[in-house]
Amino acid sequence: MATKTNKAIKISQKHLLGIQDLSINDVNLILDEAKTFIKLNQSKNKRLNILNGKTQINLFFEPSTRTQSSFELAGKRLGADVMSMNMANSAVKKGETLIDTAMTLNAMHPDIIVIRHQDSGACNLLSQKVNCAVLNAGDGSREHPTQALLDALTIINRKKKIEGLRVAICGDITHSRVARSNIYLLNMLGAEVNIIAPSNLMPKEIEKFGVNTFTDMKKGLKDCDIVMMLRLQNERMTSSFLSSNREYYEYYGLTPDKLAHAKDDALIMHPGPMNRGIEIDTKLADDINRSVIKEQVELGVAVRMACLKIFCE
Amino acid sequence: MKKQYFINVNIIDPHNSINENGGLIIGEDGLIEAIGKKVNSNNIPSREKVIDLNGKYIFPGLVDMRVFAGEPGYEYKENFRTLSNAALAGGVTSVVTMPNTDPIIDNVSIVDFLKRRGRDKSKINVFPSAALTKNIEGTTMTEFGLLQSRGIIGFTDGVKTIQNTRLMSRIMNSAKDLGTLIMQHAEDYDLSKNGMINSGIIATKLGLSGIPAVAERIIIERDLTLLENIKCRYHISQISAAKSVEIIEERKNKVKFTTGVSINNLSLNENDIGDFRTFLKLSPPLRTEEDRIALVQGLKDETIDVIVSDHKPEDEEQKRLTFAQASTGASGIETLLSLSLELYHNGSVKLETIIKALTSNPAKILKIDKGNLSVGNEADFCIVDIDKPWVVKKDKLISKSKNTSIEDKKLQGKVTNTFVKGEELFKL
Repeated sequence: MATKTNKAIKISQKHLLGIQDLSINDVNLILDEAKTFIKLNQSKNKRLNILNGKTQINLFFEPSTRTQSSFELAGKRLGADVMSMNMANSAVKKGETLIDTAMTLNAMHPDIIVIRHQDSGACNLLSQKVNCAVLNAGDGSREHPTQALLDALTIINRKKKIEGLRVAICGDITHSRVARSNIYLLNMLGAEVNIIAPSNLMPKEIEKFGVNTFTDMKKGLKDCDIVMMLRLQNERMTSSFLSSNREYYEYYGLTPDKLAHAKDDALIMHPGPMNRGIEIDTKLADDINRSVIKEQVELGVAVRMACLKIFCE
Repeated sequence: MKKQYFINVNIIDPHNSINENGGLIIGEDGLIEAIGKKVNSNNIPSREKVIDLNGKYIFPGLVDMRVFAGEPGYEYKENFRTLSNAALAGGVTSVVTMPNTDPIIDNVSIVDFLKRRGRDKSKINVFPSAALTKNIEGTTMTEFGLLQSRGIIGFTDGVKTIQNTRLMSRIMNSAKDLGTLIMQHAEDYDLSKNGMINSGIIATKLGLSGIPAVAERIIIERDLTLLENIKCRYHISQISAAKSVEIIEERKNKVKFTTGVSINNLSLNENDIGDFRTFLKLSPPLRTEEDRIALVQGLKDETIDVIVSDHKPEDEEQKRLTFAQASTGASGIETLLSLSLELYHNGSVKLETIIKALTSNPAKILKIDKGNLSVGNEADFCIVDIDKPWVVKKDKLISKSKNTSIEDKKLQGKVTNTFVKGEELFKL
């Protein structure tokens, strides 16, 4: 068991399953902690020993490049023993259920498990069966809390605050866990959220989350401070959510003329991986004055270090 | 068997319009000899042993039109013996079993096997249904006539829906010719594809694909439209949405058909799914509170004819998975009556209407002489302590599978004794 340190404010949750479960104090605690790691990550010696002797297991049932490497690096920089399991080659293939996998890993006494799974609620199920903390690295279309936290940190880093900002989230909202987590977090932190998507990719009753919905991208971008683009998954085309990439780009791709409807200093964000020329103009994606996409990746490590530290305690 | 006398009991027998305090006499042959207010201690010979029920209730044995038995193929989930015991504990004495077994009930030889097993192992009356299409694939019709002659009571693909409209019209034509009962689960697969729960705010929040109410409506409207020209015995197995109630109410004036509803959809709504409770992954899905209220209203004004348990035993392994992977359905035959009585206790529906939907209405649709307490008929009935409070605990359930949708729910009203052919087969 982790030794308890004396901290003034403590996280209210045992696990990080979703932004929905967090209080504003929890969020501030994580973001404040993350800020302290930004500098460290830019320095020459990046190694701390805060999590010395702790075991972190990364359980990725879905392919992931940036989230998995980000969590792995975060754990290593804090001194934890990190084990990344490629579940594609595991006993799951032999028919083992998630609960049995959880029991097996639990017997190895990890201090924290990071899970990415294609089914919504998989992390909730796991958290009921293990003794250690569970961090959700994305479950189905439900939540991706560390992505929302790193997005918030990126916005704060550039705009100093979130309260009062107008944020547009554009793309495949229906299948996006990033969109859901961001909606919860941005609402909590006092931003106004505009959701932009064709009706086929707009989830049912999303307006009940307290957001404005738009099918016209230009209207949705009006006076926005932040433009968050989401990745369009190719399989959406085959199941007739959309007609073609070309038409999607025409109406929902972020181009300079559409961006002109947002504020002049609006920032462009994207959780990656990007489909250049489908949801975003390739020049805009690389525009160092507007795009903070690389910064998102950088701060992602800091946010995950903060989460690992806080939830390991 | 000795002659049995019950007095001082509230008898509800909707088939014979009996709703009165009185008594019941069961003959040595297990048949009902006399019933009603005329049966009291004054006209029973004093040497006879009389059972005073002190104001308890007697209902006809319940007829449950939608039960998944497990035999053959899924005996580890439920077999005829465990099903009978569970049914008896819930006052159910007749069931219609679904054809979704392994193998599927779609040919004469498997029906013979099923009838034999049902007769040998079951203590209750088992009325098997057979598949509408071979291997429930929705392509080739089964032999309605031959299967019927072997004792099949009705035809349904159970958990599946006939998607092909031309095939559906042909099925209806054959059913018309042969006097066959068709029971349809209404779900348009293209609209419900990948869906797990009701389409709406809860699905959006949980990140689960939704099943829109319109998927149910499209099939109901299609079938009722076909029915205008092809008059066959047609029953909608279960409905779940307010809009379906509205359509059924409107079409009832034009064409003849009947409708069922699961007790789950009458008692629960999508909010009960909470934090991915797989025991509440049901088909049709639980919908909004407005939908639930509309279903209760539909039952109250008799737009809906039948309440079913939709008893679908699933072993825990099939439920201890992520929501997407978990199997669909809940075990419910034992709690069917008690949960239905909730609608009476909270003042939503009259007791007689509820009992009608559980006894005489399904019997009438099935054309069986069950679900009534007529003199000379086999004495299938239950005695109910209508106010008795109890709490549902899955470990106390008799069914082999414990996947109840109402774990820890506080209920009022419990079956204390159940009789089949005059013989007491369950006692609390």
